[in-house]
Amino acid sequence: MSPIFYLLAVLTLAGGLASVLLKHLVHCALAVTIAFAGLALLFLQLDAQFAGFAQILVYIGAVAILIVFAILLTRGSELPKGGVFSPTWLVGLVIAAGVFAVLGWAVLASVSAIPQSNIVPSVTVHDIGLALVGRYVLPLEIVALLLTAATIGAVIVAMHEKKERPQ
Amino acid sequence: MTANFLAVNSLFVNLDQIFVLLRNWLVGFLPAALQPAAGVLLGVIAIVSVFPGLFALTTVFERKGLGRMQNRLGPNRVGPYGLFQPIADGIKSLTKEDIVPFSANAVVHFLAPLVLVVTVFMGFAVLPMGRNMVLVDMDSGLLFFFAMGAATELSVFMAGWSSRNKYSLLGAMRAVAQMISYEVVLLLSAVSIVMITGSLSLTKIVAAQNQYTGIFPHWYIFTPWGLAGFIVFAIAATAETNRTPFDLPEGESELVAGYHTEYSGFKFALFFLGEYLAMFALSGLGATLFLGGWSAPFSFLGWVPSWIWFFSKVMCAIFIFIWMRGTLPRLRQDQLMNFAWKFVLPFTLLNLLVTALWRFMGDGWQRWVVCTAILAAAYVIMGRLQMRSQHFGRRSYRYAE
Amino acid sequence: MTTPLTGYLLVAALLFAIGLGGALVRRNAILVLIGIELMLNAANLNLIAFWRYGPHPEALTGMMFAIFSIAVAAAEAAVGLGLVIAIYRHTNTTELDKIDRMKG
Repeated sequence: MSPIFYLLAVLTLAGGLASVLLKHLVHCALAVTIAFAGLALLFLQLDAQFAGFAQILVYIGAVAILIVFAILLTRGSELPKGGVFSPTWLVGLVIAAGVFAVLGWAVLASVSAIPQSNIVPSVTVHDIGLALVGRYVLPLEIVALLLTAATIGAVIVAMHEKKERPQ
Repeated sequence: MTANFLAVNSLFVNLDQIFVLLRNWLVGFLPAALQPAAGVLLGVIAIVSVFPGLFALTTVFERKGLGRMQNRLGPNRVGPYGLFQPIADGIKSLTKEDIVPFSANAVVHFLAPLVLVVTVFMGFAVLPMGRNMVLVDMDSGLLFFFAMGAATELSVFMAGWSSRNKYSLLGAMRAVAQMISYEVVLLLSAVSIVMITGSLSLTKIVAAQNQYTGIFPHWYIFTPWGLAGFIVFAIAATAETNRTPFDLPEGESELVAGYHTEYSGFKFALFFLGEYLAMFALSGLGATLFLGGWSAPFSFLGWVPSWIWFFSKVMCAIFIFIWMRGTLPRLRQDQLMNFAWKFVLPFTLLNLLVTALWRFMGDGWQRWVVCTAILAAAYVIMGRLQMRSQHFGRRSYRYAE
Repeated sequence: MTTPLTGYLLVAALLFAIGLGGALVRRNAILVLIGIELMLNAANLNLIAFWRYGPHPEALTGMMFAIFSIAVAAAEAAVGLGLVIAIYRHTNTTELDKIDRMKG
């Protein structure tokens, strides 16, 4: 495997690890942005250009900014008393380690069964467009409906409630 | 005669392709394995030297232009007509002390201008600046450009938050809110171009506009939906780069200097550079999408090199930016956001529908009439609806005694 | 014998475990959301890796799935963060330990 893959993998995992371990919330948000960027570069390494650029546009351009705005609107800059880790942190760590162990064992045990093809697929935006309105038109319409509902819902949920003024 | 004409023609073809030929000649000295990488590297060096040079020229033109519009001379001490002013500015910004606030987050404070400049430079990689003169001909070039534009917003936030300064944070929040609102508008106005061309590749979009009926070009701005789309794109580009009338995030009278209050010396120069480069990139994209990129305005002018057309279109757009800065007052934050979400966005969505209608009505004069009528009616109706909610009083005048 | 595909799958598994650990260990609601986003991203990486190295990449199944997953994750992040902001306005805290009463 190429050194670029190792570099990107280390970058992504370091970003992810930093985002769950750091104390200050805004640092966590910036670290998860680094993880997103590393993942976008991994997608580009896998010849999935559309997915990579969509990852940058959506995750770094929208989700990271959403997270940052939410942190600033909920006074995330103040560190809570009693530490940032919950009292049952050991259980969480054990569960996460267990999940990784199972997944890793499954991947390594099934190496011979995974089909390998080394042809580089050449996928153009034209093909993606045809697929989106051809075979995948139903998921496209459902996602459109979902995004509309999510936009309206997020606005309503986070809106200021109009308080009745005492007369 | 024919030989003379052919010689002159090949001279102009060579002039058009002069940079491509230069690059091929330089790269020819290297072994074949290194040639593609060396070609790209030469292109990168060219971009990194040309656009900051244009930035230096633009700063002096802006100050002189603004000065003339405000009935005063601009800088005129350094060099003939003040043209060497950027050199003086550069020396000043390099020799000023780099002050970092004590409680600022040093790493993020340092990285913010770097992230801005790097992502803005990446946007130039997909702009076709002349015939065969694009650095990377990507299949999804437009998507790459917008992805880089989206990544610049994060650097604005990083700058504002890391300074630990109320004015910076407020300026950064306002700037990010404005940028994400107008980013939606920018993308939607470009989607109608993608619909008609059928490709996200910027070279294909220029090639589709490089045809002539009679002497008139097939630029998209000469269609009703293209004109509406261009105006919307221009508004969104002005807001994306925080230029007047949308420059509240860096309004000097309100917020000191917004998100780059706490930056001094070279880092401030990098922010300045990043802002102007974003202006160049968006002007280049607007020229590519709506004004035909490197194609000539009339078919008999095709002998002029293509890169001259591209750069003159970009400089015209920059002149219009400077003109707007000298003429228009600043919009308030809520006026700006209202304008984006309640007027420009519905208009852009309607423009998308009109583009689809244009495509499916086929050739003929009917589609011109119908599309123009729909767009004009929508503009008037939505404008009146917006104005009715403003409750303007009668205009009153007060004269100085 | 490890192939490139195994490398990508292991990275995705590790990222998933990191996201899961983060969601389970931290007290702040926003960090739980960050953990969830990391898990979704790990699944996307898995999908794209299988699309690239599996049979029939011209069917575009993995790429389409990943693109829809990105869209849905963005929608879910928006609604989730809106909920966190609404809860903060109501209870003035974002720590999950303190939001333990059903009564508002």
